[in-house]
Amino acid sequence: MNTQLLLIQVFNGLVNGAFYALLSLGLAVIFGMLRIVNFMHGALYMLGAFAAFALGQAFGLGFWPSLILAPVLVGLLGVVLERTLLSRLYGLDPSYNLLLTFGLTLLTQDLVKQVMLSQYAVSSAPYTPPAALAGVVNLGFVVFPKYRLFVIVLSLVICLLTWLVIEKTRVGAIIRASTENPSVTRAFGIDVGKWVTGVFGVGVGLAGLAGVLAAPIYSVEPYMGAELIITTFAVVVIGGMGSILGSIVTGFAVGVLAAVGAALYPPIANTLVFILMAAVLLVRPSGLFGLPEGAR
Amino acid sequence: MNMQKKTLAVLGSTACCAAMTVALAQNLKLSDNVVRVGVLTDLSGVYSELSGQGSVKAAQLAAADFMAQNPSFRGKVQVIGVDHQNKADVASNKAAEMIDRQNVDMLVDLPTSSAALAASEIARQKKVPTLVVTGGTTALTNEKCNRYTFHYAYDNYMLANGTGSAVTKRGGNSWYIIYPNYAFGQDLNRQMTAAIQENKGRLVAPSDATPFPNTDFSSYLLKAQGLKPKVFGTMQAGADLVNVVKQYNEFGLRQQGIGLGIGLLFETDVAALGQDAFAGALATVPWYWNMDQRARTWAAKFEKAFGKKPTWAQAGVYSATMSYLQAVARAKSDDGDAVVKALEGHRFSDFFARNAYVRPQDHRVLLDVYTVQVKPKAQAKESGDYFTKIATIPAARAFMPLSESKCRM
Repeated sequence: MNTQLLLIQVFNGLVNGAFYALLSLGLAVIFGMLRIVNFMHGALYMLGAFAAFALGQAFGLGFWPSLILAPVLVGLLGVVLERTLLSRLYGLDPSYNLLLTFGLTLLTQDLVKQVMLSQYAVSSAPYTPPAALAGVVNLGFVVFPKYRLFVIVLSLVICLLTWLVIEKTRVGAIIRASTENPSVTRAFGIDVGKWVTGVFGVGVGLAGLAGVLAAPIYSVEPYMGAELIITTFAVVVIGGMGSILGSIVTGFAVGVLAAVGAALYPPIANTLVFILMAAVLLVRPSGLFGLPEGAR
Repeated sequence: MNMQKKTLAVLGSTACCAAMTVALAQNLKLSDNVVRVGVLTDLSGVYSELSGQGSVKAAQLAAADFMAQNPSFRGKVQVIGVDHQNKADVASNKAAEMIDRQNVDMLVDLPTSSAALAASEIARQKKVPTLVVTGGTTALTNEKCNRYTFHYAYDNYMLANGTGSAVTKRGGNSWYIIYPNYAFGQDLNRQMTAAIQENKGRLVAPSDATPFPNTDFSSYLLKAQGLKPKVFGTMQAGADLVNVVKQYNEFGLRQQGIGLGIGLLFETDVAALGQDAFAGALATVPWYWNMDQRARTWAAKFEKAFGKKPTWAQAGVYSATMSYLQAVARAKSDDGDAVVKALEGHRFSDFFARNAYVRPQDHRVLLDVYTVQVKPKAQAKESGDYFTKIATIPAARAFMPLSESKCRM
């Protein structure tokens, strides 16, 4: 393969990387703060895409309003789920929240499938990019869809903002403090419970956002999150469970790796991330950017 | 007196008729007195919309129609639908369970080639006729053929022979192909490549195997941009095909002069993406609902029962189930060997299978097939009006000739 083709694939990989980064970022925030392994993240991503599609069908809302509204709706659903179901499992064995979120995933997928089949008579629906971003642009080394460029830029901005908020602001300081030592944080008069709910809402809102962004690229269908979530978990593990920077960097890196792999030797594309995960875990059991458990 | 005679005559003839019915019924040798049709299909995954519940409904309609036409079978045909999740191991277990525990007498539908091959092996061991409608691999009637497996509706040779030849002859003589990496895709890639080369076309690069299922095809579309073939060939099916075509349009390949060659196309794929995304693409199908009045009549009946227009896979399941049940009636038995004998060499023509013939040597069911072109939406006269017929390929020419078959039964 020549260098130009390689360069094209590296560039193309950033698109998938953007989705991995947005999803693993949400997972990392939720895990870092709540110690919840949210298996439902893929289904919430799908709900984001589905919400954008359904809002368009029901109210004629275009892509731009949906880009704001759908993640908010998904985030609100997250808040409800956290308050009514997940909050009851804190302090119990983590396998309980794994089972709960996995069960909710199956339920959500089938529910969406039923709704789509009964309301729209299809189980996989088209969703087109907004007119301003339709078409392709010649970048000199490759002809690339405008919309995909937008996805790369927007997700980089969102990732950077999230990182800044958590590392550099007072809000971030409270979140980090609540994670490190909830009882001391509570002693300062901070309602840790409310912050936990808020963080969960924002985390799943990020998944919803990724879903809306994905709708014009992939078809909107009930199982669209199922495969993605497996890779995303691998990304979180490679980056270091709970590490914000780790999930962003690893997300983009894995996207690039998979695209190059797909071009060089297609059968290995989907396995590459797991080979990487095994290799990283052998050398650094806490992930690339994670601190060893004892150092927390 | 006269009155008495009349009564006697009526009584006599009634008794006679009743006796005949009993005699007929006694002649029927049905295991546990019921013929059980087993629809082994995908009820939840990527192919559930094009076959799935619709296939189960089609088989039920066939059973009901058959019982209405054959009073001696009234109440004796049952249909069971089971999910094989498109996995070979699940298909194998479910097929065995259906035959052993649910006393199923035949299997039908079987989307996903790997699942179809697995179930066909179980059917051979247990001597249960299996009519594959929705699985495409030619292995079913070649190296993996067996006495109990029949291949209905279509196969990869027929698709390649129809579409590969038609596209290449119309000037699409340089191809780059991607295919899903499992039995169906590998086989269709081989058949398509052969058909292209036979018509003096060429591949600009070796075909690429993609993971199955898969959502992102951008790497291959970018590769196609660089290779500049006249045709980008996709052997993907169902939800995967929808993603390929969506991204083919997104990357603007059509505007760059790269046409689209589709291996396997179902009506539901066109519905999922809108027919304009597919407009101009050629495909080969064994049937479509508005191809003529006979097809329309059946499709209307199906739509009334199921709420949606049938795909050709679902229509094929009806036809296959009916063919099986009629073979049971001819054999007067649901014994596997007897039904196989009644099916072999049978010639028939119904709303789906025209000029059909069950080839005894390899159990390929030959029928007329059609090369179609997807209409742009502006030309559609009603909803679901997707195809324009380009050519009819007669049954005798549509499928792999016996001389090429590797089947040894």
